Amino acid sequence: MAQAAETRKRGRTKEKTVDHDLLLKAYRSMLLIRRFEEKAGQLYGMGLIGGFCHLYIGQEAVVVGMQLAISDGDQVITSYRDHGHMLATGMEARGVMAELTGRSGGYSHGKGGSMHMFSKEKAFFGGHGIVGAQVSLGNGLAFSNWYRGNDRVSLTYFGEGASNQGQVYESFNMAALMKLPTVFIIENNKYGMGTSVERASASQDLSKNGAPWGIPGMQVDGMDVLAVKEAGDQAVAHCRAGKGPFLLEMKTYRYRGHSMSDPAKYRTREEVQMMRTQNDCIENARHRLEEAGVEDKAIKAIDDEVKATIQDAADFAQSSPEPDPSELYTDVLLEA
Amino acid sequence: MATQILMPALSPTMTEGKLAKWLKGVGDEVKAGDVIAEIETDKATMEVEAVDEGKLARILVDEGTEGVAVNTPIAMLTSNGEDVSAVAAPAPKAEAPMPKVAAEGADAKAIAEQGAKGQRAAALEAAPAPEKDWGPTKPITVREALRDAMALEMRRDGDVFLLGEEVAQYQGAYKISQGLLDEFGPKRIIDTPITEHGFAGLAVGAALNGLKPIVEFMTFNFAMQAMDQIINSAAKTLYMSGGQMGCPIVFRGPNGAASRVAAQHSQCYASWYAHVPGLKVVAPWSSADAKGLLRAAIRDPNPVIVLENEILYGHTFDCPVDDDFIVPIGKAKIERAGSHVTLVAFSIMVGVAMKAAETLAEQGIEAEVINLRSLRPLDTAAIVASVKKTNRLVTVEEGWPYAGIGAEIAMQVIEHAFDWLDAPPVRVHGIDVPLPYAANLEKLALPQPEWVIDAVKKII
Repeated sequence: MAQAAETRKRGRTKEKTVDHDLLLKAYRSMLLIRRFEEKAGQLYGMGLIGGFCHLYIGQEAVVVGMQLAISDGDQVITSYRDHGHMLATGMEARGVMAELTGRSGGYSHGKGGSMHMFSKEKAFFGGHGIVGAQVSLGNGLAFSNWYRGNDRVSLTYFGEGASNQGQVYESFNMAALMKLPTVFIIENNKYGMGTSVERASASQDLSKNGAPWGIPGMQVDGMDVLAVKEAGDQAVAHCRAGKGPFLLEMKTYRYRGHSMSDPAKYRTREEVQMMRTQNDCIENARHRLEEAGVEDKAIKAIDDEVKATIQDAADFAQSSPEPDPSELYTDVLLEA
Repeated sequence: MATQILMPALSPTMTEGKLAKWLKGVGDEVKAGDVIAEIETDKATMEVEAVDEGKLARILVDEGTEGVAVNTPIAMLTSNGEDVSAVAAPAPKAEAPMPKVAAEGADAKAIAEQGAKGQRAAALEAAPAPEKDWGPTKPITVREALRDAMALEMRRDGDVFLLGEEVAQYQGAYKISQGLLDEFGPKRIIDTPITEHGFAGLAVGAALNGLKPIVEFMTFNFAMQAMDQIINSAAKTLYMSGGQMGCPIVFRGPNGAASRVAAQHSQCYASWYAHVPGLKVVAPWSSADAKGLLRAAIRDPNPVIVLENEILYGHTFDCPVDDDFIVPIGKAKIERAGSHVTLVAFSIMVGVAMKAAETLAEQGIEAEVINLRSLRPLDTAAIVASVKKTNRLVTVEEGWPYAGIGAEIAMQVIEHAFDWLDAPPVRVHGIDVPLPYAANLEKLALPQPEWVIDAVKKII
């Protein structure tokens, strides 16, 4: 079998010398997302956030690990379960939370909501509400890097549910054909809304989904932030070297429902509890930090700082005014 | 200070629910993420998870209580090692902070209505400007005009590129991109696989990142495969991003009936695209329209749909030779002045209307023919000015009548020039059936000059 199409399974990273600073950074970033999402859930419960709200709780290691593998200027695009990606790229919690509450201080001035936020500055290209659409768009980001002849890479995230959309395979073909510098990241959290991956995909090893086009793939423990980073490093290096796309299947898990109004009857409480208690990415990172001798005080300081950041974001999101009615008519077209 | 736990809303429409069961008791340790209670709504039983840490100090709503309003305090948590017994019942209802609203109720409505009026007024404000005289012309085909427009803009701006099926090595399925590969090379003239959804999405992604793609659809019939990317990604992102992320892209290709290719390859998409805020839509008839409008489309910072016509590709018209020649989007052109009736048409139907006007002139009826050129934005001012002069309106389009461009034009005229109309507007349009293959049936389905003449005679 061609080496390019080879896939292999990876276990947890061996306890080598853990880079404390890196792990602390990852811990903070994951915790920020966790606390943000918990607060978003709470504000939703209070009726301050409307419509759809898809929480990322449980999956934090995926986006945080990948973010550690890329550089400034590399682009990120994802689906509607996107708050974690925004925070990981460095977008401010205030602006994201205020978008959730539909206020003028939100990244889209209240006109996009949970599923539609963007930041040119942080090279975050959304936030897309149509399942699978971001995969073709991500190819376009990679194309623009190829066209401009720079060495930037784009990360295109999608769920295992989206991986059954036709345009994903159109995109695999084009990316491989044109050797586009893009990492396809399948966040396999086991359930596309209420349908388990076993009931939706004929093949269970999604890392092989790019194999017919010679796209190398790898399964990764998506609950282990360092394993994600290590796989990300390899995938990104492959793209930067001009070898074309790379596919990572992240085995992850979402603790909450698909969206807020999901009673989650398609899985058992025991299954969720087991993932939470035995395999939580943040707890894993905390244990590692403790084992590595990082002082409790340092960890506690991060916890407190994150808590304060989130409280500030929540306050801002409630005090920022609603958009002016005149905003209804702005941003439809740019002046020619 | 103790933390209140409030009755949560579990869906956008929930206002109250039943507190079915407490899973934690007073004195129990609670961690963030622990399930503390079950709530029944009209749709489902949902679990309530704790957000904060602490000991459950008080339960304020007993299990089994029905009709608990959202945001009612249902329990109290201690915080920071506080003693359970020290936690008092809450002060009367903690109000959820109300959003500060810039304007409410009647005010907001007034502001919004003003905005809507502003939009309409802007459309009528601009008095029809005379068509600019670009000096000397030479006869070229519509095909050459489109090719020249792309070549000129690609020389001018390195971010512009063309992609689509057969555009490079094959020189275009309809030879529109003839010679472009030789001049610009395979990086800027890109053959794609047959994968409309995939390459349209790729082009939109590239445009969001600042490039200026021209997407050629072999015909617009195939663009239906890419409709989601055109509407949901290209047209809406600027708005959804609060103005941060524009999409400078052109989608072009032949639209409407060709000849004897039957229903799936013969459809006019004008009203589909013209329906969508966030898109501009143009439909050239002559070589000058084609060259000028395509140049304007490529320079426009918004997504522009260019609806060409296969039959017109080989037609020859005089076209200005000036290197700067361009046609602004949003301006109609009066192709023929007249005082008895206004014929409004676009694309190949401009030719049909012109033929009808010649015949009518022989019979003493002077028709004014408006070539729309742009379908969105529509040059309502030009149409209204003409109808105020002629007092009669006939619209001519190849597409189906239902919710079509003719219906929109007629409504605009009723809104803005009702009192000037001496007769009800009449629509000439393709017959409301999938286009048939048989030569005789196809001809019966598509508007002919005689149909326009008959329509005019009905109202004169």
